[in-house]
Amino acid sequence: MRVLLAALLILFVSAPALTAGGAVLAQETAGTVTVQAEDPELEAQVRELAAKLRCPTCRALSVQDSPSGMAQEMRSLIRDQLRAGKTPDEVTAYFVERYGEWILLEPKAEGFNWAVWLLPVFLLLGGLAFVLVTARRWVEQGQARAAAIVADAPEEEL
Amino acid sequence: MSWKKVLIPASAIPIVALLAYGLTRDPNIVESPLPGRAAFEFTSPTLDGDTLSLGDLEGKVVVLNFWASWCIACIDEHRVFVEAERYYAGQDFQMLGVVYQDSPENARRWMARMGGSWPSVIDPSSRIAIDYGVYGVPETYFIARDGRIAYKQIGPVYPQVMVYWVDRLLAESTDAGAAAAEALEGEVPTGRSEGHTGDRSRATPIPQTQGGQ
Repeated sequence: MRVLLAALLILFVSAPALTAGGAVLAQETAGTVTVQAEDPELEAQVRELAAKLRCPTCRALSVQDSPSGMAQEMRSLIRDQLRAGKTPDEVTAYFVERYGEWILLEPKAEGFNWAVWLLPVFLLLGGLAFVLVTARRWVEQGQARAAAIVADAPEEEL
Repeated sequence: MSWKKVLIPASAIPIVALLAYGLTRDPNIVESPLPGRAAFEFTSPTLDGDTLSLGDLEGKVVVLNFWASWCIACIDEHRVFVEAERYYAGQDFQMLGVVYQDSPENARRWMARMGGSWPSVIDPSSRIAIDYGVYGVPETYFIARDGRIAYKQIGPVYPQVMVYWVDRLLAESTDAGAAAAEALEGEVPTGRSEGHTGDRSRATPIPQTQGGQ
């Protein structure tokens, strides 16, 4: 028991040290990031654009979320293009021109694509309406049955 | 009460139809918007230490292949390229590699081991790959004499795809390029349906590059 207590005590004492080590590591990584991120506004723009593009070498990951080499290069290309004075729309157009609309994680709201945007809304509204109608009917049926039971019941039982 | 018996199954019909349509399509195949458009110019160092521009090759049929030494599917198609280089020697044909996400040392070693004397340019920041809308390796672009991308092969190149496109583009004169680009619309070239999955079942009928001539 004493050994166990001692072990626990050591663990408790060393835990802050461990987390402190982690913090140093995090600071170091953050340090390297800030070296790259000279311009926080530009970086925010890069993140926003990269989050809307599909990583070509991954499955269902955005360029922003993917750690792959290709996604890293794409992020740096976005940064370079923005720095060179291109607008975010022009940068997006550059990628669409090469990869097609497939590169966009959100399909443009036009033509058949509207189905993707509107179907969920219709299904949700339809489902809500169905639940409301069914619930109301159940309540009505329940009340009718309760009324029937009350009406049918012999006087003496009440 | 009877309307419900009809309406509920009826509402399922479009959903089932949509799913059924989806099952007929291969999600790995993504149509590239590039065929029919001008190939993007680039200048980059080659593995041999020279510098190469795509523009220098105008007037030739260029087979631009993105590859890497770590790419397994590149091994099979490399044999097709070696064969093609021999077969089309002396004609306006140029094989050109772009090393994708790989070190030049590994790429050099790979070329030495696998054979082939065509140049490969290095693409350290993947700018050429992104410019060409590359999803992964191997991917190959068949570029006509007039610098137009005629066809993009996603996945390994099979002998019949190679012969079909190179023969066709060699037969084209520069002036006829635009007309051929028009003619390409709607035509189904061999191997177009072969995507990343590397389905090789359709590749078997013609065993060697020479078979197609």
